[in-house]
Amino acid sequence: MSHEERVHYTLYHPKWYRRPVSVWWWLERWPYTRFVLRELTSIAVGFFALLTLWQLRALHGGEAAYQRFLTQVESPAFIALSVFFLGGILFHALTWFHLAPKAVVVRLAGRRVPDGLIVLSNYVGWIAVSAMVVWILMSE
Amino acid sequence: MDVLSHDVLIVGGGGAGLRAAIAIAESDPKLSLAVVSKVYPMRSHTVSAEGGAAAVIKSDDSLDAHAYDTISGADWLCDQDAVEVFVEEAPEEMLQLEHWGCPWSRLPDGKVAVRPFGGMKTERTWFAADKTGFHMLHTLFQTTLKYAPIQRYDEFFVTKLLVEEGRCQGVVAIELGTGKIVTILAKSIILCTGGCGKVFAFTTNANIKNGDGMALAYRAGVPLKDMEFVQYHPTGLPFTGILITEASRSEGGWLLNKDGYRYLQDYDLGTPQPHPVLRSMELGPRDRLSQAFVKEQEKGRTLEGPYGNYVHLDIRHLGEKKIDKKLPFVRELCRKYVGLDPVNEMIPVRPVAHYMMGGVHTDIHGATPLPGLFAAGEVACVSINGANRLGSNSLTELLVFGARAGKAAAGFAAENRGKNADAAVQAQAQDEERRLHEEFLNKTGGKERIAELRDEMQKTMEESAGIYRNGPDLGKGAEAMRGLQGRFQDVALEDRSHTFNTELTAALELSYMLDVAEAIVHSAKARTESRGSHQRTDHPERDDEKFLSHTLVYQAPNDAPRIEYLPVTITRWPPGKRVYGK
Amino acid sequence: MADTITLAVARYRPEEESEPTFQDFDVPFRKDWAILDALNYVKDRVDGSLSFRWSCRMGVCGSCGMMVNGEPTLTCAAFLSSYVPGPIKVEPLRFFPIIRDLVVDITQFMAKLKTVKPWLVRGEEKPLTEGEYLQTPEELDSYKHHSMCINCLLCYAACPVVGLEPGFIGPAAIALAQRYNLDSRDQGSAERLSALSGDEGMWQCTFVGECTEVCPKDVDPAGAIQQYKLTGATHWLKSVLLPWGAK
Repeated sequence: MSHEERVHYTLYHPKWYRRPVSVWWWLERWPYTRFVLRELTSIAVGFFALLTLWQLRALHGGEAAYQRFLTQVESPAFIALSVFFLGGILFHALTWFHLAPKAVVVRLAGRRVPDGLIVLSNYVGWIAVSAMVVWILMSE
Repeated sequence: MDVLSHDVLIVGGGGAGLRAAIAIAESDPKLSLAVVSKVYPMRSHTVSAEGGAAAVIKSDDSLDAHAYDTISGADWLCDQDAVEVFVEEAPEEMLQLEHWGCPWSRLPDGKVAVRPFGGMKTERTWFAADKTGFHMLHTLFQTTLKYAPIQRYDEFFVTKLLVEEGRCQGVVAIELGTGKIVTILAKSIILCTGGCGKVFAFTTNANIKNGDGMALAYRAGVPLKDMEFVQYHPTGLPFTGILITEASRSEGGWLLNKDGYRYLQDYDLGTPQPHPVLRSMELGPRDRLSQAFVKEQEKGRTLEGPYGNYVHLDIRHLGEKKIDKKLPFVRELCRKYVGLDPVNEMIPVRPVAHYMMGGVHTDIHGATPLPGLFAAGEVACVSINGANRLGSNSLTELLVFGARAGKAAAGFAAENRGKNADAAVQAQAQDEERRLHEEFLNKTGGKERIAELRDEMQKTMEESAGIYRNGPDLGKGAEAMRGLQGRFQDVALEDRSHTFNTELTAALELSYMLDVAEAIVHSAKARTESRGSHQRTDHPERDDEKFLSHTLVYQAPNDAPRIEYLPVTITRWPPGKRVYGK
Repeated sequence: MADTITLAVARYRPEEESEPTFQDFDVPFRKDWAILDALNYVKDRVDGSLSFRWSCRMGVCGSCGMMVNGEPTLTCAAFLSSYVPGPIKVEPLRFFPIIRDLVVDITQFMAKLKTVKPWLVRGEEKPLTEGEYLQTPEELDSYKHHSMCINCLLCYAACPVVGLEPGFIGPAAIALAQRYNLDSRDQGSAERLSALSGDEGMWQCTFVGECTEVCPKDVDPAGAIQQYKLTGATHWLKSVLLPWGAK
């Protein structure tokens, strides 16, 4: 019998002390808090997704419906909410940019592409797409 | 008391122990086999080895060349039949480890790379960056996980070998997590407990290197062989004693005294060249390099530091790229423990105790004179290392003799299958349990602190049995050891708990070390010649007439140990002069 | 600079108490002392009953991991000088059951390690007479960092998933599986995938990333797990879209 098998009281050893993990575990260290905030930014993503759906529905509903939509969206309360969630989505995007090199290993000419370069390529891509969107919107 | 039983029991879960376990599981999977270790196997000291493991692989190399380098490095005190077997089986063992996944450093074409190493005429040291021991141990450990027959008792501390009817039949061990004392019976037992560097004050060795197996065998009446041969590694960090691998020299590092002078040229080790030359200067054998340091110190040409004198190891000229590729661990250690970057600054180094050439007497199959008891690795003395070991031979030794001892032990267990342990063995085990309770766990009073006794032992050993020795100092050392053993009877223990009592294990380890220290000092005193790493200022010459033999030391309770001599086995290489630098 | 510093050390004697307590020790402040040296000072000169694991004192055996001021740390590689003025809180590794004082139980980890098959799996073994498996330096480079794990378990002490889901196989074990997956000589990816796609495998990981942050050997277990997730997802996709061809 191996030690693990012999020690049949492994999981329920009466004398071992198991420190409880509090439901507020994520407040114990800043990296944990940052992680939970990052995960919560999914709500921001959800918000903008719903906003887009609402906008489409309003467009489909005709001129009057779309005007009603614009009035609601341009109210100070809604703008404040949007700014708040924009902050969230920026945090979301930036944290994922910086985590990208962990998930993807790119090898060129036998050497690993440095993490900084992968993060930079994310920013470059973001700026490029944003520039394109702005150009499309501006050329009206 | 719990009584467990196996066919083969391996004491110690380092490189040799794990290799033996695999050998047994492969040769006879039906044997009940267990590895008992006082630490989890991946903590074994094999993990700190850095430089490499030697085996002939290049086409311009030969088994005879490896054998000759080893034999001359050993100052002719090794058994040449053992060396021949060693160099022959080495390449296959190393390839086997590669097949098991060991991440050896490679040449651009994908073949295993080899580097030069001290005392070797050709490059034959396989390496995994500069963490070879780490990779070897983890490869072996992870490989053992795939063999179902290999069971383990992790964190069980063996306190005694059970010997009955002239056979070794088992061990008594403490399960550290609970304090329970158990008997583990076995038909054959292999000691793979490593060396005993902690007997000295400054050592590269980890805390767990206390000569456990050596003391266990010694107390069981098995002789220890060549105990006086202690290797001082020339480049350890002052204070911590942390090892700076020989590879830093084989890649081209220089040893400089306080004047920036490559002082080894004054000691018959060749002339300084800009690039490393095999068997010359910084690539000379370890004993000669350590001795050169002591001589430099006597001449006042070493630097003085808060933790003793030191010299400089200069690897700056290798460049950052080479250091990061071949010596990254050295860089990390220097930055962390000395606060300097070896790319820009010189590393302070001094010789520190590193390896025991001596150990439990075995034959070339790893069998000790006690039937049923085997030994392999640093704990054993076969002997292939003689009076001085060449760097990178010991990691290979773990594999070759671990496998050999494993197979021999498996064979012995199979032959003795029918013989079961009788009541006498159990009675011995119960006596041992009683001893542990009376002398340690339930003991009251006592005025000696473990740490103080240990410090004194280490200091005395460093002074009387260091790199250079003499009769009177050794005599004083022997007396001091006797005194310490007496004072040990009065040791005080504060920890009364049974759960993970590391004060108890520290006390038991100290008792092992005191026995081993006694063996070292008496062996050194009896050898009135200088050979390899045993240098006597009162007998500075090598004396092949009287001393081309191994020292065997037997414990004699309440008396000085008994010394005998066993002639060295010579096959094809008659004793000659050790020549380096030519 | 003060010549002593205080260590607030967690104690737990199961025969005497039901909960851990803290005990303060004043130790000499030495510039080159690591926390481990201070703990040894306590054990050698002040209180011999303090239990903790240690061995190599050079950051390669993985024995001495503990929580220092709430952070998983190798006590042999953390120096008193980084913690002035103190006091320095020393506790056993988080998320493991405490056996005694600073000693935790790691048998669960040892069992988890076995489940990921951390050894070289070959469909066909090459005989030793044919020499080594060839592996270029680039191929070695691709998995090298994952092979540097010393099993110190700091990553387990940093991972909230380990704390909340004790059955989670965990960073070091998955990183080791990935080490073998990426080894050009290995042929066992499929075998390991079944263990690691399960309930307690890689999908439990929510990429908190702290395991990589605390790792003293730059093994990057977070990276290993995320990359493995990519492999796992691709494999699943292939088996769904091309069920007849997938292996």
